[in-house]
Amino acid sequence: MSATDTAALKTTPLTQAHIALGARMVPFAGYTMPVQYPMGVMQEHLWTREHAGLFDVSHMGQARLRGVSPLSAFEEVVPGDFIGLKPGKQKYSVLLNKKGGIVDDLMAGRPDDDGLFVVVNGACKDNDFKVIDDELAGQVDIQRLEDRALLALQGPEAAAVFQAHVPAAADMVFMDIRSLPGFGTDLIVSRSGYTGEDGYEISVPAAEAVRVWNLLLADERVRPIGLGARDSLRLEAGLPLYGHDLDETVSPVEAGLTFAINKNRREQRDFPGAARIVKELTDGPARVKVCLKVLEGAPAREGAEVADANGVVVGVVTSGGYSPVLKGGIALAFVPPELKAVGTPLKVIVRGKPQSAEVVPSPFVPHRYVRKA
Amino acid sequence: MRFTKDHEWVVLEGDVATIGITAHAAEQLGDVVFVETPEPGKVVKAGDAFAVVESVKAASDVYAPISGEVIEGNTVLGDAPETVNADPENGGWFAKVRVSDPSQYDALMDRPAYEAFLATQ
Repeated sequence: MSATDTAALKTTPLTQAHIALGARMVPFAGYTMPVQYPMGVMQEHLWTREHAGLFDVSHMGQARLRGVSPLSAFEEVVPGDFIGLKPGKQKYSVLLNKKGGIVDDLMAGRPDDDGLFVVVNGACKDNDFKVIDDELAGQVDIQRLEDRALLALQGPEAAAVFQAHVPAAADMVFMDIRSLPGFGTDLIVSRSGYTGEDGYEISVPAAEAVRVWNLLLADERVRPIGLGARDSLRLEAGLPLYGHDLDETVSPVEAGLTFAINKNRREQRDFPGAARIVKELTDGPARVKVCLKVLEGAPAREGAEVADANGVVVGVVTSGGYSPVLKGGIALAFVPPELKAVGTPLKVIVRGKPQSAEVVPSPFVPHRYVRKA
Repeated sequence: MRFTKDHEWVVLEGDVATIGITAHAAEQLGDVVFVETPEPGKVVKAGDAFAVVESVKAASDVYAPISGEVIEGNTVLGDAPETVNADPENGGWFAKVRVSDPSQYDALMDRPAYEAFLATQ
């Protein structure tokens, strides 16, 4: 990245707080972001699995979609049932192109009566909102919430920490979302995250972000966690990362995201790329995402080829690395559907050397979402 | 002990060079989770990528600071890659190389020069 690009990097309301904590800052999605703090990626990862990790994810795109019927309008660009989305709930979904490829993955919810609240990936947000605006012109107004930060508090102790500050969040369960007063300001809180752990994502006015961040960090159960551990945590949770596991060529069926294609929508076939997606649901896709455990040697990382037991290259790793919990290599990969069964022996080719790997169930590390208050 | 700008160290005893990565490099990498050391018999040229060190986040090449033939890789690192963090400039060595041109050693930085180089980074 050139000096010019570095100078053009955007900051979040918490950038100075990260620097003060000793974070190593790197360019990410056009922002300068903390990749790790002095504790280091390994310890940050394990801390989040055992206690509570606090993440700045303010680079992500937050917006309100408002209109006469924003829920039904939104269904024109995603395959989920949003007309049926109850107040106080959010859903994971994918923004689709006309060929059924994934433009981005996102969360969309109803924290209150003010339209639809969406959170999209930082690196994709400008294009996402352009796509939504182009497709839904005249039906929804998009208000991007550039004046709000987004924090994530994740881990087995996250709920106790957060509820001490915001008792009203205690009866929320996984995928609930609410507009709530808290920390003396207005919050949009969802019980969700990107680590597989219980926890909350907290949208907060930018001007209040440092104060809320510091109040949460003051709890000894909480440590700041950088993007390095965010990536290893989501990988252990088997969650895809846009731009790596998902892109404009990948369909939600290939990506193992069929849960995001609701039954009524697949019957109506009224979403972008429905012809391809319904055909893949019926006949099976040409490639499918699998979880691989690397049984020997180096971690297999993005781009490593995957071979069958005879050494014939059949697929590719889309993201991979070292699992601090399993203490070995794990990866998400695309393979032909006949090789997707759990237990299938495969090879990952790392620096020219074939290493044994095996298809394992997703997720690698069990999710610990709270589904009952 | 001599140093490279790529943060390797070398100790030369007779015609055998012991090579590792510096404490600074180990600290920058963070927790080392995997090390690939070269096989004995491999002939390397100064500047060749000849080993790999991996953290949770990424794989990084280690470059041979000096030319020669590998006579031993540190097998301890296979089961205990964390030795690179715990003892980078001693027990965490990567490989021993029988050097072909000992004068390459003298051309590398000594510790004051390496520390001055780090201060510019």
